[in-house]
Parts: sequence; C-alpha cells; structure tokens
Amino acid sequence: MKEATTTTRIVPDEKGRFGVFGGKFVPETLMNALTELEASFAEATQNPAFCQELNHLLSEYAGRPTPLTYAERLTEELGGARIYLKREDLNHTGAHKLNNALGQGLLAKRMGKKSIIAETGAGQHGVASATVAAKLGLSCKVFMGEEDIRRQSLNVFRMKLLGAEVIPAVSGSRTLKDATNEAIRYWVSNVEETFYVIGSVVGPHPYPYIVREFQKIIGEETRAQILQMLGKLPDEVIACVGGGSNAIGMFYPFIQDETVALRGVEAAGQGVNTDKHAATLSLGRPGVIHGSLTYLLQDEHGQVQEAHSISAGLDYPGVGPEHAYLKDNGRVTYTSVTDAEALEAVQILCRTEGIIPALESAHAIAEAVKRAPQMSKDEILVICLSGRGDKDVLTIQDALESEKGGER
Amino acid sequence: MTVAVNRIDRLFEDRSRKRFIPFITVGDPTLEATYQIAHALVEAGAELLELGIPYSDPLADGPTIQRASQRALENGVSITDALQLVGRLRESGMEASLVLFSYFNPVLQYGVDRFFADLAKFGADGVVIPDLPIEENGLAVEAAKKYGIHVISLVAPTSESRIQTIGEQATGFLYCVSSLGVTGARASLREDLADFLGRVKASTTVPTAVGFGISTPEQVKAVAPHTDGVIVGSAIVLEIERHVEQLKDPNQSKEAVEKIKTFVHQLASALQ
Repeated sequence: MKEATTTTRIVPDEKGRFGVFGGKFVPETLMNALTELEASFAEATQNPAFCQELNHLLSEYAGRPTPLTYAERLTEELGGARIYLKREDLNHTGAHKLNNALGQGLLAKRMGKKSIIAETGAGQHGVASATVAAKLGLSCKVFMGEEDIRRQSLNVFRMKLLGAEVIPAVSGSRTLKDATNEAIRYWVSNVEETFYVIGSVVGPHPYPYIVREFQKIIGEETRAQILQMLGKLPDEVIACVGGGSNAIGMFYPFIQDETVALRGVEAAGQGVNTDKHAATLSLGRPGVIHGSLTYLLQDEHGQVQEAHSISAGLDYPGVGPEHAYLKDNGRVTYTSVTDAEALEAVQILCRTEGIIPALESAHAIAEAVKRAPQMSKDEILVICLSGRGDKDVLTIQDALESEKGGER
Repeated sequence: MTVAVNRIDRLFEDRSRKRFIPFITVGDPTLEATYQIAHALVEAGAELLELGIPYSDPLADGPTIQRASQRALENGVSITDALQLVGRLRESGMEASLVLFSYFNPVLQYGVDRFFADLAKFGADGVVIPDLPIEENGLAVEAAKKYGIHVISLVAPTSESRIQTIGEQATGFLYCVSSLGVTGARASLREDLADFLGRVKASTTVPTAVGFGISTPEQVKAVAPHTDGVIVGSAIVLEIERHVEQLKDPNQSKEAVEKIKTFVHQLASALQ
C-alpha cells in the first residue's frame, strides 16, 4: 500500500500548534479554563457513554447521516464533472453548525456548567447553540454584531424563540469579529461558571481541534457514502471557508487521500482588488486574532481590518489555524469568489436542483461552477452544502432587486 | 557593552514603600496630551507609568480603555509613535520607570526582536503583553533578555496551579489581576483577594503589583498592604475622557492636565 506523504504530522501538537499556527494567545485569566477543557475533552471522547449520547443525538435529533445527493441537472448544465452535494443543509436547524454545538453542549454539561455563551455571524451557530441549550437544559447567551442582527433578523428571532438572550456587539465593524471579542470579554469575567461554545475552527487551543473533531463526521460520512455509491473516491472536494469549520470537517478525512484535490473557497466580496473582501488566506498575513496565530487581514501596524462579504457567515478577518497550515503545506488550494458570483450560484442551484443554498455555501457552488466544466465527465466533484438559504432569502432578494435596479 | 540596571529593578530595591502605577493610552486624545499627562502623573506621585499602545481588538480591556484606543487610532497613532513618545519623555528628563502595554499582534508585525531593541533604544524598561501567556512568550523573553527589558507576566485568580510556575519565571514585577474580567472600574473587589495575593507573594521573589478594577482611593488603600504596587487604569482614562475636548485645545489643555493631576494625586496619596 502506498503511504501518504503530504501530511503525516499529527496536528495539532501538544501546544495546540498546526505547524507554526494556532496556540493560546489569550489573557492569563482564561488559561486554566483552556487546560480544563483540554482534559475534559480528552476524557469525554474516551468515554463510551459520552460518545453514545452524542451519536444518539446526532442520529435521532440532528438527522444524521445527511444524504449525499447526485446533482444530475447541475451536472448537465455545467457539462463536466459529476457533481454530488453533501447535504449539511438537511441537519436540524439548517446547517452543519449543529454537529459541533451538540458536542460542545454535551461537554459543557459533563463539566457541570449551567450556562453557555456563543458568538455568531450569520446566526446559524447562534441558532444551533440556542437549540442545544434548550435541548440540554442550559441557559444561553449569544453575542452578535449589531450589523449582523440587522442582516439576519430571522435568525435573531429564532434564537429568542428558543430561549436564548441575544447580546448586540456595538464596537468596530459590528460583525462576527466584534461579537467574538465581546464573547471573550464576557467569558473572561464569568469563566468559572460559563462554557464558551466556539462556533468555528478558530480561537485558542483546544477549540480548533475540538471543533474539527466534532465536524469531521461530514467528511467521514461523505467518504463512506461515495465509496458505497461509486466504489471510488472523489477527484475533488469543495467547501466554503469563513472561519472554516464545514471545510475542515469535510477535508480532514480526505487529507491522507492524495488523489483527492481539496479546494477551500473564501469570500472575495466586491473583489480581491478592492478593500471590501474577506479573502483572509489569499490576502492576509500571519497574525494573532482571538487567541490564535493564523492568517489575518490587517494593516501594516497590525491593526485588524474589517472584512466584507454579502454572507454574514463569511465576513471574518481571520481563519482557522489548521487552514493556514494546509495552505502553507499546499495540501488544500484556497480560492475566492465574489458576492456577484455567489448570488449567481444561488440562482443556478435553485433552478437546477430545487435547493436554496445558504450564501456561505453558494461560494462553494460558485467555485464548482468554474471548476466542473474544466473536469472530465468521469471525474467526481463533491460540494459541501454547509447550510440552507432560508436565513438569507431577504438578503438575496435585496441584492437581486438592486442588481435589476442598476440595469435600468 | 554593559546593560544599565533596569529602572524597574532599581525602583523596587526599597520595598518598604508602595508604588503607584497609572495606566494611560498613548495618543488619547493626542500624542501631545499624552506627553503632558505623563509628566503630570509623575508630579502627582507615580513612579512607574504604564503606556498603552492603541489596538483595534483589545479583548482584555473594558469599554473605557476600548474607547481610548479608538480615539487614538482615529488619530493614526501606531506602535512607532508610542516608542517615539517614550524617547521624547526620556529626552525631557523623565526618570520614572516606563512600561508599554501592547497586544501581541502589533509587536509581531513590528518584529519581536526589533520591538525590544527599540524599547531599549528609546528608554523603556518593560512591556506588558496581556495575550501572551507564559506558554507563548518564549521568543519575546529571549529578545527582552538581550536588550535588558522586562516582559511583565500576569497572574490571575484563576491561575491556580500555574501560580508557582508564573511566579518563578517572573521578572521586573508580577502583575496580579485583582478580579476576573476585563479592565474597568468595579464597585467592590474580590473577597478572596488577600488570600490570592498571599499565594502569589509566596511563589516569587520579584515585587508584585495589583491592577484591574481598582478605581478609588479607598480601594487603593485596601489592597496596599498585600502588594508592592497598585495599578489604576480605567479610572484615570475616564478622567481623561471627561476632558477630551479641552486636551485637544492648546489654550485649554494646561488646565485639563492640572485637573487630571489632582485626581491622580488623590489616588497616589492613598497608598502610603
């Protein structure tokens, strides 16, 4: 058997480093909580009862395994690779975020915490956390940028309906970055009784590792499903990257499969030649944000820059440190697509498959629209459809109507 | 070349007296105001100044210092300006210990070695980097040693089993975080504060200073017996905020600086 050569190092290492990236760049007040979390996670994942309860919730509550759907009409339309969609949109609450929120929620309960906090951009992680809190009987506060509260009013209402308190972040760009700052500040003040459920593969160690472990089920299922359906691995896998949790979840089980090309797609917003984008891996430099050393959008003095995307879930100036590592070692190719391309992709998927994708996921679709025609008809392309678009329909409507207005 | 004895070490040679340590943000509301206020703080009784480098995402700080950072950033104040301000204070004859406070990212972008070289060049004595715990501070400590600068470690009430290690590695002084949470004034201090400070003192040979949430002369008086220094930040920054418009106006700035000096003098004199 051929041995994998690309990524044989075990990451993260004991210091929480993915190569040079990752680590724990947080105030001393939080260090003990991170150490406890590391130990509790290691203990819980070795515990059969914990694993059983999580698996039970994933299958009977979340609705896993999610299907792998052959996108026949999209494949015909694009005229190239055969396209399959991993249907994370069919999870309860409408996105992959629930996989991780269930895992961390159970962990919080196991650690004896009564309250959880979460930060959210588009609101999918907020909804997932509020859902898990209700299901497990925990109290829940969700930090959300004021601008995102405006853009995602439907999800804000869902969180409140589920019993969570939504706390607006009013500093900076009033988006995910600032919501995360506020969540960390709250956590520093209430660290003894509060569990912080981080929503992506970002933040200080052990979060990027824990979130990956809870999300890798996406790629594990995909791998098994495609092998069962076609008897072979896909040629290429595409996922969108904001913080990057659906992408790591999808990619991780394929890392050792050298024949599988992996592509992460960032938000180019109004274009990578403008200053309105969120293409951290393409245009950022290594720096520290929210406790982790990773690629970061910043100015020459190290001040964090604001990110822009039509998708509230993608406009984050940082990215998970494991993605930074996978970019530098070349195992994953990172590209970006614009707001306009993502909007176009939404319409293509609606028209051909009867699926309204989340704006985040539409970035992965848009990349596939470019890639598939360049591939041969016997090649297989899998797209991670990380979430459904219900939350985004107003944004999509506004954007499409102003586009039409512009043509007048 | 011999490195001169660090001013922080010299200051704490005599531990019979308690030291007052104010924090202000560089460039709040202007670099000139910071220069004037720094001198006023020393005249009011401060012997070590903590000068904050403004940062876009100050996650260990509360709203007061966040706003100060924002005011300074709006003026385009950078890490370079902060270093040069230290140089200007030294040229004007300031002898107090000067410690810069910066989040790690600006230091990383400036270049860790270059940052410590410039701290020494411009006459700073130490640096506090609140998001650089001992697990991550290797590079900074190495550069700091080379240039005779102290990297001030922080220790928190939640540090628990880490207190011993942090205490053993500390140089300059050990910054004891008096309460959980971000910087900012608080109505009351933790009940177990004396016990925590006692454990910290037993872990280290360097002097200790207490900060976070201390804002009144009464609180200064209450913590003084348990420490070698008391740090007050947000309360002073709030006082600066009250006078922002006057501080920006060359005709009124002198009067505003005097008011800040009086306020700080009350805090500093509560110490002895």
